[in-house]
Amino acid sequence: MISPRYHREIPQRYRLEAGRCEDCGEIHFPPRFVCRKCGGKRFAIEVLPRRGKVLTHTTIWIPPAPFEIQKPYVVAIVELENGVRLTCMVAEAPPDEVRIGTPVELIFRRLQAQPVWEVLQYGYKARVLAG
Amino acid sequence: MRDVAVIGYGMTKFGELWQTPLRDLFAEAAVACLADAGVERGRLQSAYIGCMSSGLFNGQEHLASILCDYAGLAGLAATRVESACASGGAAFRAAYLEVASGASDFVLAGGVEKMNDGADATYCLSTAADQEYEVYHGITFPGLYAMIAHAHMHRYGTTPAQLAAVAVKNHRNGALNPYAQFPVEITPETVLKAVRVAEPLGLFDCSPVTDGAACVLLCPVDVARELGKPVIRVIGSGHATDAIALHDRPDLAAIPVVGLAARRAYAQAGITVADVDFCEVHDCFTIAEIVCTEELGLFERGRGGPAALDGLTARDGKHPVNASGGLKCKGHPVGATGVAQIAELVMQLSGRAGARQLKSPRIGLAQNMGGSGGSCTVHILEVGS
Amino acid sequence: MYGIAGYGAYVPRYRIQVETIAEQWGADAAAYRTGLLLSEKTVPGPDEDTITISVAAGRDAIARAGIDPREIGACYIGSESHPYAVKPSGTVVIDALGIGPDCHVADFEFACKAGTEAMYVAYSHVKAGEMKYALGVGADTSQGAPGDALEYTASAGGAAYVMGGDNVVAEILHTYSYTSDTPDFWRREGEHYPRHAGRFTGDPAYFHHVLSSAQGILERSGLKPADFRHAVFHMPNGKFPLRAGKLCGFKPEQLEQGWVVNLMGNTYSGSSPTGLASCLDVAVPGDLILVTSFGSGAGSDSFVLRATDRLPTVQKLAPSVRDQLVDRRINLTYGKYVAYRGKIRMNES
Repeated sequence: MISPRYHREIPQRYRLEAGRCEDCGEIHFPPRFVCRKCGGKRFAIEVLPRRGKVLTHTTIWIPPAPFEIQKPYVVAIVELENGVRLTCMVAEAPPDEVRIGTPVELIFRRLQAQPVWEVLQYGYKARVLAG
Repeated sequence: MRDVAVIGYGMTKFGELWQTPLRDLFAEAAVACLADAGVERGRLQSAYIGCMSSGLFNGQEHLASILCDYAGLAGLAATRVESACASGGAAFRAAYLEVASGASDFVLAGGVEKMNDGADATYCLSTAADQEYEVYHGITFPGLYAMIAHAHMHRYGTTPAQLAAVAVKNHRNGALNPYAQFPVEITPETVLKAVRVAEPLGLFDCSPVTDGAACVLLCPVDVARELGKPVIRVIGSGHATDAIALHDRPDLAAIPVVGLAARRAYAQAGITVADVDFCEVHDCFTIAEIVCTEELGLFERGRGGPAALDGLTARDGKHPVNASGGLKCKGHPVGATGVAQIAELVMQLSGRAGARQLKSPRIGLAQNMGGSGGSCTVHILEVGS
Repeated sequence: MYGIAGYGAYVPRYRIQVETIAEQWGADAAAYRTGLLLSEKTVPGPDEDTITISVAAGRDAIARAGIDPREIGACYIGSESHPYAVKPSGTVVIDALGIGPDCHVADFEFACKAGTEAMYVAYSHVKAGEMKYALGVGADTSQGAPGDALEYTASAGGAAYVMGGDNVVAEILHTYSYTSDTPDFWRREGEHYPRHAGRFTGDPAYFHHVLSSAQGILERSGLKPADFRHAVFHMPNGKFPLRAGKLCGFKPEQLEQGWVVNLMGNTYSGSSPTGLASCLDVAVPGDLILVTSFGSGAGSDSFVLRATDRLPTVQKLAPSVRDQLVDRRINLTYGKYVAYRGKIRMNES
């Protein structure tokens, strides 16, 4: 990803900034120009909660090239405590540690380091909560 | 709106066609299609060509022009259509609407993809998912369908054996299809013990990486009759889109865009699913066929897996699905797939499907899907007078 | 009162055992265990680096400080393994933690003492009244050359400190630094691994600077070793800090809590800051703590701190260093370790 695009997405990737529709309250991650629920166009920034649970998951054995070093790795759709959903890796998870319903928290990790001449790319991953 | 008929088809063999360039794939299918229809190329008025990603696979855009030129159709009004893996279905719908509208009498619907040309196919295909909020996080297409599969298994108790039954059935059908990439029968053990791609999907749960092209020719039903052709009429064309990010869709064990497109097609055709004799379904992954057969209404939610295992979708079953071998066995040159499905309907409805011919079917349905369910077309064809 | 308002430490989950490395190179594992007094070291995951460690530790530090991150006026990251050759680590860290953009940011490097430098400068700013809070971080994902003695110790981790005049959990009573040009360990631009001057890194470098700094701060403060509950000395291996502490007059029980090296390895810029965090995890109000870092090249920073009444109220707001050292560890093979550390030449994608 070239750096202008990466830079534009920093509020979402680093700080989980979502857009809350000021008309109907629907929360969009990432923020949108127009509310998918009510069509509203006024939004306030809302930082997402970091805890949630796994809705579904997979273990990737054949990854795209930038993720080769991390394979096999778990990717999940996580539902955060406020109902917002996102897709991310589950860091350091042995495949059998992640199940539907597994509680997780979002952490800050390096997502891609390839190719070597590009900017490093950071963002959110999930980690299984100790329990 | 005029009634529209499909009066010819042409296809390349599907497979790893190392010696055939992108432009010749299309040319071969287009020439074969015109020959099959018995229509001189000079009578063509326009073409819609589905292709997902010639830019990434082959470094070639501006596709409609170069393809038509090399197919001997220079000068034609031609448009490339892109809707990921539903590009072919979307191209067919555009061609259908142009004929139905009265704007043109002879319109070619084509699809092509040259996936074996040196590019990283996993990466190219992943551009059909949300780049910034899915692909960026390491997901792949098998991974997205694997997450649908886990959700479906969790909700309905769908099993790996049921997934495997889809692949086994489609290979049994495709073994009889001369166009198919892998025309061989396989066993459930082959599927279940295959190398893992994205848990719970293994290599044999996935459609292959394929080169190929397909074309069909559309014209008004009246003109088809004048030409003395059997009338294979387009009675329903449903099209829908949805969020392309799986996490943006409420039900992860469903692919609602399929049901939406299907209901639109049934409504236009004035039929129900019970009237459909056979289906070509977008089985890019085994779980996709199971969920799509539920979305089409062939089976209740959660019953797609047992139905596959019980043989209900076999060629001699109650609801034959993918008599062609489907994407799984026939191959999945993504932009060509939607048109190749229509070609299979034409072959079956005109009794030209050879060893895999179904018993005198009257109504066939083709469902073509983009991404993990961000777009879908459903077309219903009926043979008759 | 000025000092630490919040602290946080981060320990990666991956480990490699001394035996695993020794087996790879045909070395005597038992000799390394007893010679270095450590049994394993932390390894950063393929998605971890100085920046992610700083963010993880910084998040806990801000939580313990109980402040709005926008009140932080400066952020300093001390490391010898900043992921970029050119481009700051600190900019990523402030944007991830919600600090700034009204803030001063700099990356520090001084071998293993860059972390205490960052703490020292952050503390100086708030004490000077330039800003309300400042963040100082020591973090590293250090590399030793394969087969070198350093490979058994160079590890990953770090600690972050919010310095301030409010919400103080540990008041900084005294600071003292001792520095001279002593080339015991270095890495030239473009070199992948550091070089070191063998036993010259011991007495003329580590012990001379650590002892001078620790004895210097004791003299200036008028305190004696017996006044302290905890003392932390930079931990390049298990033995050096115990010997330095003994030579200064500290007893083993004063050194125990901050001595995390046996399970963690040498986290370089994160070493003495992590040891301090471990002491803060258990300190009670009134406890005096001595911290002395060491950075090759060479210099030492010393701090005398006193735990306040607020400390016990924040200790449980984030995982302790000791818990992170023992919980949910994942042991790596040598092959996985070298892959994660980028020591295998891969095709560039």
